[in-house]
Amino acid sequence: MTPNLCDYEQTRATFSWAQARRALDGLPGGGLNIAYEAVDRHARGARRNHPALRWLGRGGERRDFTYAELCAQTNRFANVLRELGVGKGERVFLLAGRIPELYLSALGTLKGGQVFCPLFSAFGPEPIRQRISLGDGRVLVTTAALYKRKVAEVRATLPGLRHILVIGQPEETRDIAGILDFHQLMAQADERFEIARTQPEDLALLHFTSGTTGTPKGAMHVHEAVVAHHVTGSFALDFHPDDVFWCTADPGWVTGTSYGIIAPLTHGITSVVDEADFDAERWYGIVQRHKVTVWYTAPTAVRMMMKVGTEVIRNYDLSSLRLVASVGEPLNPEAVVWGQEAFGRPIHDNWWQTETGGIMIANYLAMEIRPGSMGRPLPGIEAGIVRRVGQGAVEEVTEPGVEGELALRPGWPSMFRGYLNEEERYRKCFVGGWYLTGDLARRDADGYFWFVGRADDVIKSAGHLIGPFEVESILMEHAAVAEAGVIGKPDPVAGEVVKAFVSLKPAYAWSDALRRELLGFARKRLGAVVAPREIDHVANVPKTRSGKIMRRLLKARELGLPEGDLSTLETQ
Amino acid sequence: MTDEEIKALVLRELSNIAPEIDSSRIDPAVNVRDQVDLDSMNVLDLMIAIHQATGVEIPEADYPKILTLNDFVAYLRPRLKDR
Repeated sequence: MTPNLCDYEQTRATFSWAQARRALDGLPGGGLNIAYEAVDRHARGARRNHPALRWLGRGGERRDFTYAELCAQTNRFANVLRELGVGKGERVFLLAGRIPELYLSALGTLKGGQVFCPLFSAFGPEPIRQRISLGDGRVLVTTAALYKRKVAEVRATLPGLRHILVIGQPEETRDIAGILDFHQLMAQADERFEIARTQPEDLALLHFTSGTTGTPKGAMHVHEAVVAHHVTGSFALDFHPDDVFWCTADPGWVTGTSYGIIAPLTHGITSVVDEADFDAERWYGIVQRHKVTVWYTAPTAVRMMMKVGTEVIRNYDLSSLRLVASVGEPLNPEAVVWGQEAFGRPIHDNWWQTETGGIMIANYLAMEIRPGSMGRPLPGIEAGIVRRVGQGAVEEVTEPGVEGELALRPGWPSMFRGYLNEEERYRKCFVGGWYLTGDLARRDADGYFWFVGRADDVIKSAGHLIGPFEVESILMEHAAVAEAGVIGKPDPVAGEVVKAFVSLKPAYAWSDALRRELLGFARKRLGAVVAPREIDHVANVPKTRSGKIMRRLLKARELGLPEGDLSTLETQ
Repeated sequence: MTDEEIKALVLRELSNIAPEIDSSRIDPAVNVRDQVDLDSMNVLDLMIAIHQATGVEIPEADYPKILTLNDFVAYLRPRLKDR
């Protein structure tokens, strides 16, 4: 099969976003809507009976949705929102595992002209409350179990959240006060719906991401983003009409939405969804049984598969695989090469982030892979390495191999259009005609980019960004804690794990019991994915004279590295 | 080790990772991850901790077979027979 992107230079030279847009249909009568491109245009055409979603349940169940069925079900959800009086542009939050209802709600929300905002189901009550509050959520769709465990206790603090739709058996939802039964509403709703006449610049998706300081940032994406979802599906993931694609990411994160929901459907192909968590043998079984051709996963999962070893792989026929790709954090060269041994093909790393909405830099199928490199920029994307020169200015670093901040020329369709209600933070991302990504990288003489590290203190654990400030704030709510500093500690499997250092108030003494209490406290509030894995005591959390926590110093001490320039350290 | 001792050991290691749990309320027949908020890294940590505490190596390929407290007992019992 010929890859979609064969001649990189040639395609780059002739590519235009306007032309890419023509691969989509647009709404009949004008406008652009992600869900129309993903669902309805196929449901009205030759692909109507083609499987769109293949859902695999934890217990071995399987449910296929054809494009026609997906169209009807997402119409129902759009009608549910309309019946509830949810307005255009209002935010619909989703808090659920990878269950079919999540996918129906996401696409139905887009059809109705509302904004889809996913929450990771492993978040604790505090990250959930904070994001719904910041995003002014009007509707929350969740499951009975998650509602009871994580939402009930914070609900009273969210007055703007008008409707909570709970997925569950009637006996589960019956005793919960003040909620609506998801399935009951769906059953009553009409399966015909005329998609809202959204325009390319209308808000469609809201993805929260973390910075070093302050609250999580709500990156806003518009319906126009679908142009990039579609093109990257073609160039970076090499979608062909008969592909069976499996993106293992959870829709709680941007990858699981852009590629776990939207991109494969815009191509009219079959997208596999597995409800269960990572399990190497289960995964190989899925690839074999469903003849997965394109597999998009994450470095942490690859490293976990490496730990299981290649021996078990020999029990499975994985010859259907044509492309294995990875995103989330740089894939170490050994892992790229391991793919060759395990699957008979190397693993293609690529790079992007919440703000970019889609893949920006990739190792393409038809191009030589440089193990450890993120690859080359997508046609239509100009990437550069820049260094800051004084306030409000940058200069491009053109000599190869020199480290600097990875930057992109603004203007691609899936670029974020703002951080919700935080104009100033958004503006700061753009300097001298570049969007600054916050990642440090270098470019080699052949134009391949190599990740170096983060320019800030954001922690990257198992591909997820965690803001140290979020974790520090929660720890400081504990009565014993005077100050807290949080860092990413290198970890062979997750890349980094969250480690916290706390100093105590005078009346408290450090003990193992207190350490455990703090750990439990943080886990209950933040959830397992955000809470620290380790907590240590320090006499003082080091800070600059202006009061900023010196996380780099904490990290240097933790790793036994030189402490660097301490001239700005606050003297104790 | 008796079954009860094995259970106690697993719960002790589990509560080191997730100190917020009430060990007495863990249903031994129900998937631990449905009762305790554990991500995949926590599960890895738990398996390593149990290995360190018992000397029983648990290969990654066996993780999916060990979901409940009872599964831990059934898995560890024959391997701990002579200890």
